Amino acid sequence: MDNFTVGVVVFPGSNCDRDVSWALEGCLDIRTKYLWHESSDLSDVDAIVLPGGFSYGDYLRCGAIARFSPLINALDEFVKSGKRVLGICNGFQILTESGFLPGALIANKNLNFICDDVELDIVSSKGGWFNNVDEKQTIKLPIAHGEGRYHCDSDTLKKLLDNELIALRYKNNPNGSSFDIAGITNEKGNVLGLMPHPERACDETIGGTDGLHTLKSLILK
Amino acid sequence: MDQFAVKVFVRLRPSVLDPAGEATKSASIKLGAEGIKSLRIGKMIEVKIEGNGENEVREKIDLLCDRLFANTVIEDYEYSLEKL
Repeated sequence: MDNFTVGVVVFPGSNCDRDVSWALEGCLDIRTKYLWHESSDLSDVDAIVLPGGFSYGDYLRCGAIARFSPLINALDEFVKSGKRVLGICNGFQILTESGFLPGALIANKNLNFICDDVELDIVSSKGGWFNNVDEKQTIKLPIAHGEGRYHCDSDTLKKLLDNELIALRYKNNPNGSSFDIAGITNEKGNVLGLMPHPERACDETIGGTDGLHTLKSLILK
Repeated sequence: MDQFAVKVFVRLRPSVLDPAGEATKSASIKLGAEGIKSLRIGKMIEVKIEGNGENEVREKIDLLCDRLFANTVIEDYEYSLEKL
């Protein structure tokens, strides 16, 4: 872990990049490096976080413009090599827009921007992103989004279910997501996208530590 | 080179709930408009583009629609094209 470095991607409009870096460095003693979106050199990072925010002002659709950045173009090789990528909130939206994860994230059913703590069921342990030794474990994480309603067609949902790709489900669906989905992984398990913010739940003084394990698991091989 | 004016319409697929459309429908009814059965909100994108003939321009617009203007997981698109 000494030299392990997590790249935290910064797009114009990212606003959780510093939170992620603070949580990794301050709470977990994991080294981070900011990666400007125009960089395509990922050679000196071992894992990548796409943080929350409003990349490119959410113009056209959330994540739609970010998808064409040099960094996202370089991400394909990074993911294929088995290295871990975590997309939080806007990062999840970017991962679906760019095809790393299936489905799409669209306006909340009630049109509200929802900023709240939510209870989540850990559904799958694929990729080791969650510390769910129990069959059904619940964690509490903050959400803050206007476009967090996960949508996919029935064939995709079946594929998600059959391959145990659904990582997290809302206990009380706040945004109208299909099948209460809050987070999914790719088939290999090295890419996780989720709407809740684990980096905002890494210290008891700010309300909880249920996000620690997910950030810590970035260093898993 | 020919120049074309293209109007691209991007709509949420019929199977996708449109809460903004529903809210606008509700406001329309409060305004006193009667008989509204459905109201859905989409986007219209205007593009002026050059190319060697209509077929080449259509190829370019198809690519733009499929890869950028619309997310085909949730949206459908169509466009009209006028030679300037």
